[in-house]
Amino acid sequence: MRFNKFLVLFSIISFMMFLGSSSSFAKKPLKIGSFLAVTGPASFLGDPELKTLQMYIEEINAKGGVDGHKIEFVHYDTKGKAKEAKNFVNRLIKKDRVDVIIGGTTSGNTLAVIDIVQRAKVPFISLAGSIKIVEPVKKWVFKTPHTDKMAAQKIFEDMKKRGITKIALITGNGGFDKSGRAQCLALAPKYGIKIVADEQYNNSDTDMTTQLTKIRATDAQAILNFGFGKAPAIVAKNAKQLGIKLPIYESHGVASKKFIELAGDAANGIRLPAAALIVADQLPDTDPQKSVLLSYKKKFEAKYGPVSTFGGHAYDALFIVVNAVKRAGVIDRAKIRDEIEKTKGFVGTGGVFNMSPTDHLGLGLDAFKMIEIQNGKWKLLY
Amino acid sequence: MKRLLGFYIFSFITLVLPILFPDNYYVTVVGLTVLINISLAVSLNLLMGYAGQISLGHAAFFGLGAYSSAIFTIKYGFSPWTAITFGLLIVFLLSYILSRPILKLKGHYLAMATLGLGIIVHIFFVQADEITGGPDGISGLPTLSIFGFPIDTDLKWYFVFALFMLITVLLSLNIADSRAGRALSAVHGSEIAAQMMGIDTAKVKSRIFVFSALIACIAGSLFAHQQNFVSPESFSFFFSIELVTMVVLGGLGSTFGAVVGAFILSILPELLIVFEDFEVLIFGAILMVIMIFLPEGLFVAIKNKIAYLAFKRYQKEVANATS
Amino acid sequence: MDQLLQFFISGLTVGSIYALVALGFSIIYNASDVVNFAQGEFVMIGAMSAIFMLKAGIPYPLAIFLAILTSATVGLCLEKFAIEPAKRATVVTTIIITIGASIFLRGAALLIWGKDIYGLPPFTDNTPIHIGRATMLPQNLWVMLGTAFLVIVVKYFFDKTRVGKAILACSYNKKAAYLVGINVKTMLLIAYGLSAALGAVAGVLIAPITFMTYGAGVMLGLKGFCAAILGGMGNSMGAVLGGVILGIVETVGAGFISSGYKDAIAFFVILLVLFFKPSGILGKGEVERV
Repeated sequence: MRFNKFLVLFSIISFMMFLGSSSSFAKKPLKIGSFLAVTGPASFLGDPELKTLQMYIEEINAKGGVDGHKIEFVHYDTKGKAKEAKNFVNRLIKKDRVDVIIGGTTSGNTLAVIDIVQRAKVPFISLAGSIKIVEPVKKWVFKTPHTDKMAAQKIFEDMKKRGITKIALITGNGGFDKSGRAQCLALAPKYGIKIVADEQYNNSDTDMTTQLTKIRATDAQAILNFGFGKAPAIVAKNAKQLGIKLPIYESHGVASKKFIELAGDAANGIRLPAAALIVADQLPDTDPQKSVLLSYKKKFEAKYGPVSTFGGHAYDALFIVVNAVKRAGVIDRAKIRDEIEKTKGFVGTGGVFNMSPTDHLGLGLDAFKMIEIQNGKWKLLY
Repeated sequence: MKRLLGFYIFSFITLVLPILFPDNYYVTVVGLTVLINISLAVSLNLLMGYAGQISLGHAAFFGLGAYSSAIFTIKYGFSPWTAITFGLLIVFLLSYILSRPILKLKGHYLAMATLGLGIIVHIFFVQADEITGGPDGISGLPTLSIFGFPIDTDLKWYFVFALFMLITVLLSLNIADSRAGRALSAVHGSEIAAQMMGIDTAKVKSRIFVFSALIACIAGSLFAHQQNFVSPESFSFFFSIELVTMVVLGGLGSTFGAVVGAFILSILPELLIVFEDFEVLIFGAILMVIMIFLPEGLFVAIKNKIAYLAFKRYQKEVANATS
Repeated sequence: MDQLLQFFISGLTVGSIYALVALGFSIIYNASDVVNFAQGEFVMIGAMSAIFMLKAGIPYPLAIFLAILTSATVGLCLEKFAIEPAKRATVVTTIIITIGASIFLRGAALLIWGKDIYGLPPFTDNTPIHIGRATMLPQNLWVMLGTAFLVIVVKYFFDKTRVGKAILACSYNKKAAYLVGINVKTMLLIAYGLSAALGAVAGVLIAPITFMTYGAGVMLGLKGFCAAILGGMGNSMGAVLGGVILGIVETVGAGFISSGYKDAIAFFVILLVLFFKPSGILGKGEVERV
């Protein structure tokens, strides 16, 4: 952290010296504001997001900025609280007067600020999962992560292939969990799947054997756990303890090495939909994403350690903005917004983005890969 | 005039600030948080400071007000003012029914009971998705109008919040100096002694509990309309504890103590942002240091110090005059 | 029937975790009437320091011992540098100081250990133990045995040892205790140190089951506080009883009524108990002095 600040300071100083020495007129900076849940329960999302943004902005500035516009980066930590998110977005707009906002780690944080950015007319790319963010479409709001709806669809497709028709649902009490649960309940009938148990836990709970015991007593053929953080690892361990042999599905919320580390051998056999990032090296060389993914992974891991898909969403958002600014040619909120909406064929870590006035996400279901954990490693299924 | 001199000065500062700095982030954004927190802390101080009854569930009433406004306006299409009335009715009934059994408890057991109440209400906000929108909350509250005058900018909201806050402070000051206030402090001092003097302590405690809950409820409704959005985590038990901390930090039992405590705890996180990861650590340290060195509370300690110095000067003058 | 047995066992395993945390509250409460809001942080510090010492290659038993020592040192420092200097502080002010301390310690843990989630390996083999169709993990047994052992130790400490009795005397009447020659300052110091050590033991015992983060202390502390109050504050048997009842109410509530509302059910039960027994299940009624 301190080293980072030093680097930033250093780059600022050298930038100023550069200004002083050259007679050329520096271009107006591109101000990117960000509010992320860097601490608090969603820190495992917000932390890699911030690191990714900082790393690439530093790199872009070192190369001379976006068409000569240096990026000025302002960041606040919401700790995952919606009220703070609102205050910080106000601060970004009123005090820091940023041109673009990237952030809103959790759906709750994002949904809380949509009104403000819509009213202030600032382009905003959210890094949160809920489908509600882009459906219905809001003029100034975009997002890069796959939606919870897509996750549910992908999981149900896989279940259908395996002939599973009765499942037990177990979810946490956070925004991500609840929103995922709602999507699962809504979509299951379309896939001919019956939800025979619908259990919940608190994300801070220490034991889920009670809920799993209830599930064991039903005729469910699989368990679907929509959650993140430590709770899914406890679910996996408790299921193993109770001798439950049913296939377990997790959401993309556990797509980080930490889950495998915590759940240990209880993680084996678990399937989940996730962005291609965690299985980048298993992709065929023909896959357009492969080189992007490997380069991001290499850079992130060289600096910070194991990569997760969550930081990737920040990468996608940042470069969608950078490309939009390049195309717009000026730093202007409205023009940048229009160009973001015209993003076509952008190869990011989450997939290939094709946005349109009716689709502010621009990812298809194929952007999700179905992954199984085998011997403590991610295995790309399809 | 003299009794309320502090109040007049305070009102003047509060109302002049936005006129001097109409577009300042600290006034129109942070300021709103400060104002609502002052109202809440002052109302909690009525219960904690004057009546000596701790509550770790104050955020629940704040939340019930906010959610009533959100639910009745958006889901059932009532006008904002009708929704506020419904909210008050709900909070009145709930706090009235619960006040007697809860306030029979003492000390840590009372803390536990109010904490439990707060958590149950919070779980309801999170779990009853169909009504409350779950953890994502409800957004898109209609604009509040006062006498046909729409409150649609932060600056207008500032004045609404400021007015509400000043009324709360004035009520609190007047209660402290009234017969009811003296009954309250008798209850605070010793409940049994108060009973001996013929005070119906259960009634006194119950009344102040309901009253402070109603203020929190209105604050919640206003907050919901200003934020345009409600979600459960603004009303968690963490916020209840924060409110208690505000009251004690400024000086338990002093209206302006609650004002000062609320001001500091609302503004401090904004100022500490620059420390990034160190923010939490420094915040905790500041809280500890103030309480260690000024255990009677920041405002009360300073007030006592000034009174002490004035007294010294008076003594000196008297000594000079007589010699 | 199978289900009921499993609910009961799950409740017992969860409940013994709460009980273990609750036990830590009683020592400081018995010394000064103060509910120490940093108790959950002691649990977290114990677990996190054990995790990181183990990572650094220190053998498991030694790591546990050092972790308990670390936490105890933190407890001593808390008393020495935050509680003792606040001479004029009332009970309420002292509680706010402990709230400040809990925020401070969380902030420090965030800086030292980061935001990641960590686990400890189980003490012994990890094969589930079967009781009929119900199961439990050996680590759960460790937690229960640990709780049972510690509750006896704490009870013995307050009932039989001179130091324990002296600490109790401090809480009843500080001045009188001082007058009969008890060093009140030292007693408080001992109370905080022991309480922190107890918290650390709890942390180390439960980390293999529930995992740890820098912020995990808050919810553990909260549940521990509930258990302690339910049983009767300051009573070590009460803490255990409160913890187990809370755990069983939660699991049975989740099992038969609704897992989404299980905490609400638990708090509702606590409220009901308090309405009928205003000082907790085993607590003695307080007599107010005029």
